[in-house]
Amino acid sequence: MWSRAASVRFRAPLDAGRSFASKANPQGKVQAAGLGTQAPRLVPQGSGRVSPAVIEHLERLALVNFGSREAVDRLEKAIAFADQLHAVDTDGVEPLESVLEDRCLYLRSDNVAEGSCAEELLQNSNHVVEEYFVAPPGNISLPDMVNKIPSSTAE
Amino acid sequence: MAAPMLRLGFPGRRWALTWLDGGSRHRSGSQTGPTSNWARRQSSVAQPSLHTAQKPRKGEHKWAAVVGLEIHAQISSNSKLFSGAQVCFAAPPNSLVSYFDASLPGTLPVLNRRCVEAAVMTGLALNCHINKKSLFDRKHYFYSDLPAGYQITQQRLPIAANGHLTYCIYLGKKPSQVTTKTVRIKQIQLEQDSGKSLHDDLRSQTLIDLNRAGIGLLEVVLEPDLCCGEEAALAVRELQLILQALGTSQANMAEGQLRVDANISVHHPGEPLGVRTEVKNLNSLRFLAKAIDYEIQRQITELENGGEILNETRSFDYKLGCTMPMRDKEGKQDYRFMPEPNLPPLVLYDDTSLPRGADSQQVINIDQLRDMLPELPSATRERLVQQYGMLPEHSFALLNEVGLLEFFQNVIKETRTEPKKVTNWVLNTFLCYLKQQNLAVSESPVTPSALAELLNLLDRKAISSSAAKQVFEELWKGEGKTAAQIVSEQQLELMQDQEALEKLCQTTIDGHPQVVMDVKKRNPKAINKLIGLVRKASHSRADPALIKKILERKLSL
Repeated sequence: MWSRAASVRFRAPLDAGRSFASKANPQGKVQAAGLGTQAPRLVPQGSGRVSPAVIEHLERLALVNFGSREAVDRLEKAIAFADQLHAVDTDGVEPLESVLEDRCLYLRSDNVAEGSCAEELLQNSNHVVEEYFVAPPGNISLPDMVNKIPSSTAE
Repeated sequence: MAAPMLRLGFPGRRWALTWLDGGSRHRSGSQTGPTSNWARRQSSVAQPSLHTAQKPRKGEHKWAAVVGLEIHAQISSNSKLFSGAQVCFAAPPNSLVSYFDASLPGTLPVLNRRCVEAAVMTGLALNCHINKKSLFDRKHYFYSDLPAGYQITQQRLPIAANGHLTYCIYLGKKPSQVTTKTVRIKQIQLEQDSGKSLHDDLRSQTLIDLNRAGIGLLEVVLEPDLCCGEEAALAVRELQLILQALGTSQANMAEGQLRVDANISVHHPGEPLGVRTEVKNLNSLRFLAKAIDYEIQRQITELENGGEILNETRSFDYKLGCTMPMRDKEGKQDYRFMPEPNLPPLVLYDDTSLPRGADSQQVINIDQLRDMLPELPSATRERLVQQYGMLPEHSFALLNEVGLLEFFQNVIKETRTEPKKVTNWVLNTFLCYLKQQNLAVSESPVTPSALAELLNLLDRKAISSSAAKQVFEELWKGEGKTAAQIVSEQQLELMQDQEALEKLCQTTIDGHPQVVMDVKKRNPKAINKLIGLVRKASHSRADPALIKKILERKLSL
């Protein structure tokens, strides 16, 4: 949960919210216009409250169930906790993207060294058909979750 | 000339369709030779005429279409991008999957050096700026064939950017009507491929095979400089040839090694760009062109009828020849890009920045790779034109068929016939036979040596050109006979005996006084008739040019 809150915070100063949230595409202008109407802004607007629309959006994206008021409360508290970072003056400081930034990226030579363990891997799966993993068909639409959130969160 | 320039199934002519309005559709010429009748089939299919509105109104604005392509090319390597599992086309399901590919907890990505080299070489060949430092990101979405729930890609800072791809368009039959066009390349990035899903609608389940999961892909993003299906197909074709020449990808669309998604929108020139749609499921160049043209037309028709274009993803149904909305996509995807925490930045070096004493296995030198680049298709074509004096369209045709250039060069090696004649034989006769029987060059029953021998006989004037065609037909049967054997078996040798030929001419002249009179009266057809008579008398074993000379001399013309 902490990392999720942190990643929400991370995105905020870099842009008006959209350079990460949309797939790189050649006709960016139109993209931005379309996106604004469908994905709610993830950064809460100062009050620390997270709207039901944002909750629903997060639930669809991360397949997580914010089943109760307590869970939403916890999220709001986590965001408030991370907001303390605002106190730090980061003008002119390059963002740290990875603690590994001074490390050398190891390059592996192009040899076949793994694989041939289908049986082992398939043991992990509940349902297997002839060496294939079995999954439900396509993407199932999530039912509309807004009504399931207790009414006290409705704004 | 029978063989068209590009064997996409396109005609050798081009539809000049940059500006799309009511009457400006321009199509010239007709198909020749045994090439596919794609263009003729196109016109007979009952669909709205391309790029024109169905109900043209007076004072209509022109429409311009904008097409951007995202091309995914599977890197030709032994192992995957971040794991040591094997890369192979057909294998038992889930047998080429490592723990990392199956995203078991505790596994980490380890970058494959060959994939980085492939990306750098491709970037250099496409005139890109190679970023000495590039970063890896995670792109999150849920789908059963993506076990980790995210794909490792390079969205923020890719390995190469700002390049361009040049391709040729033929506006007509004449070689002077070639234009080169350029499409800018936005970026090239390394990313992982996903697994394969097999949908079993009967039992309401999807079967997942992860053999493909984790294979290295090069995503080449083109700027929207293209304006129609044909331009897109030609650009992709050139990219295919470049990738194949570099060896970085086999780029076979039918085997899924090259996948193209098209972003299409239309607008009135001078006005802002329209809403774009994305078209997927294009697995051949023909369908790519067809789908793009259909979608452009659909959007124009929709807008002219007062409708609007939804920003959606559509799939191309090749049986119906149209694009349909894809059911799976629910609204806009939010990929929640974040830096890949397990991979430090990828740093590349050049001659000046190479750290001293560095392990050569652990550093990649851009300049070294640049020196190792093979000859690119455009340079090869240029060289062929210079070296053999052939027309540019011939050089295109030679490069357009796998193995044809090598075949041509092997024939050249073994014969002293002038290159233009060799070009003619290879492109007109040899290629025609291949196409008629739908064979690859590697499956040809005629070897370069056999053809070279035949051409040598022709060059020495041991046989006539019509006899040569006969011999070729016989060689094609692949019965193991050499050209010389066939010639002697079928008695196709030209008469070498000058005296005998002279006698034959004299006999013919004596036997046909009427024709001789016509010749002397300067009747142009009469001489041909006389030549024909002599040829017949010689059982087609005399060279017509020689006959003509002798007759003319005898009749003092």
